[in-house]
Amino acid sequence: MNDLKNDSRSDGLAQNTDTQADLNAGINAEQLTTKARHPAADALGMFLKNRAATVALFFLVLIIITGIVGPMVYKTDPFDMVWAPFSPPGAEGFLLGTDYLGRDILAGILYGTRVSLLVGLSAALMTVFIGVSIGAMAGFFRGWVEEALMRLTEFFQVLPTLLFSMVIVALFGPTLPIITIAIGAVSWPAVARITRSEFLRIRELEYVTASRASGSKNAKLMFKVILPNALPPIIVQAALMVGSAILFEAGLSFLGLTDPNIVSWGQIIGSNRPYILDASYTVTFPGLAIFFTVLCLSLVGDGLNDALNPKLRQR
Amino acid sequence: MNLISTVAQRVLWAAILLLAVLVLNFSMMHLAPGDVADTIAQSMGGADAEVLEQIRTDYGLDQPFLSQLSNYVGKVLHFDLGYSYFYNQPVTKLIFEKLPATLILVITAQLLALIIGVLLGVYSARNQEGWVSHFVTLFALFGYSAPVFWTGILLLIAFSLKIPLFPVAGMVDVTVEGGAIAKFLDLLRHMVLPVITLASIFIALYSRLCRATMMEVLQTDYIRTAKSKGLSTREIIYKHALKNSLSPVITLAGLQFSAVVSGAVLVETVFSWPGLGTLALQSIIARDTPTILGILFFSALVVIVGNLLTDLALRFVDPRVRGH
Repeated sequence: MNDLKNDSRSDGLAQNTDTQADLNAGINAEQLTTKARHPAADALGMFLKNRAATVALFFLVLIIITGIVGPMVYKTDPFDMVWAPFSPPGAEGFLLGTDYLGRDILAGILYGTRVSLLVGLSAALMTVFIGVSIGAMAGFFRGWVEEALMRLTEFFQVLPTLLFSMVIVALFGPTLPIITIAIGAVSWPAVARITRSEFLRIRELEYVTASRASGSKNAKLMFKVILPNALPPIIVQAALMVGSAILFEAGLSFLGLTDPNIVSWGQIIGSNRPYILDASYTVTFPGLAIFFTVLCLSLVGDGLNDALNPKLRQR
Repeated sequence: MNLISTVAQRVLWAAILLLAVLVLNFSMMHLAPGDVADTIAQSMGGADAEVLEQIRTDYGLDQPFLSQLSNYVGKVLHFDLGYSYFYNQPVTKLIFEKLPATLILVITAQLLALIIGVLLGVYSARNQEGWVSHFVTLFALFGYSAPVFWTGILLLIAFSLKIPLFPVAGMVDVTVEGGAIAKFLDLLRHMVLPVITLASIFIALYSRLCRATMMEVLQTDYIRTAKSKGLSTREIIYKHALKNSLSPVITLAGLQFSAVVSGAVLVETVFSWPGLGTLALQSIIARDTPTILGILFFSALVVIVGNLLTDLALRFVDPRVRGH
């Protein structure tokens, strides 16, 4: 019975590329040893069925590696004026050309990868942490707690996010931690809403009632009983949050509200904007870097959605 | 009756929200490092200790925080947002000069995004394997992933620098002569690129959501009933399914107002659009506290009014909301 299921699964995956087939073999091996489909393996299988997501994940890993290794291998300082300004891509050995001050754009993009990923990831973590805490309490306790917390959420939703974080960054100093906090402080309401609605749904389910009846304390109910089952949409949202945090950081640094001693993608675009008539590539390439990274993140988010949302699986 | 009391409740809550926005922003400004008197002195070209002291007394900066706060809130209740020491103008005047430009941009982009988003969403839900459907999928991804300022710059390079179809910057061309119609056409010409840039993100969001909800609605029992009654697809979609798939889209649009305003800040910068965003950036860099507070207040007001209107629209479209 179980073997039959495995076979049909491998058939479905057989059309996929080599790397996927390798991973697929991994799943099958795991399934054979455990003699049952582990939910994680099941989810991985669903994720791999989404080809776009799998390719995006591959590129995302590549981008992360580039961010870590790139600046070590390509040693040109992004702030150094290495050649004449506005050298077009390819000329004089500068693959992506030089900017208005004659700085190497490729070096800027490589160093900027680190900044974008770092800020994106930490801001998303912060967003998820605040959002899940508030949403979980609101959905679990109901009553006045929910009322108060959802009013707070609504309050943060009417603050024009970018303007508010621009002010935070300008007032408290354009450092990476402040930028991260500024992004996290305005982005959490979406996560709080999703968490709350999941908690509202799940807390009425029978297994929660059963656990409550058997004497589970609130903390256990919240974090051990409800939260694990509320996680799928939160994880999907978190993946998307990394993308929107990267866009957010790019927007801030495009406006010049960024650490002047750190290169970032948005900042390259912002500082070269006056010269787009002479050298449009100075904004095209850093923009492509942002676009491609966020695109990969949203495709991976889609894949996670396929993998973790059981409703869609029945289709 | 019910409607009036709900609206009254909503308006009251909106007023409380605005008050909270004021208090939060004012406190944040107060907490920030740096001396406001110093900034004022700098905008006057520097000052010695005595003049600094004078500035503190003049602007009430020597008073305790709470009295400064209540002073400010009291003034705002009388529609006085203070005096900008960077522009040497009352903040209300500054903002009212710039607000219309931002409103035009925000409202047009939001409406355009809703209309195109819903049309694309409905069409692609009907023809799930058609090229429009694939286009929506792609466009939704691209629109979401491309930074809005970058999209704007690319459009600017393509359609005003390489192919000079649209103006490079600004909102009106002062050299345009003629009557109101000529001026209006000129405004439209200036609006095309900024509005498309700003709307693109939201077209992506709305079309994707609309398609998803439409596909879900089309699988429900009452649609099956409608089909078995022999209604045409057109009737099913526009009379029955659309109403139910519209309300999530409108809810989302309401939630996006603050994002639209944020996007407008970036788009205004790219196209030198003379709106609140441009003013905000200048005053933030100049640390012009009264203007910053005024802009934060007004942009929150725009979002809140947008939310209120969305609520009303939702009640209009979806009778289920009225019951609550």
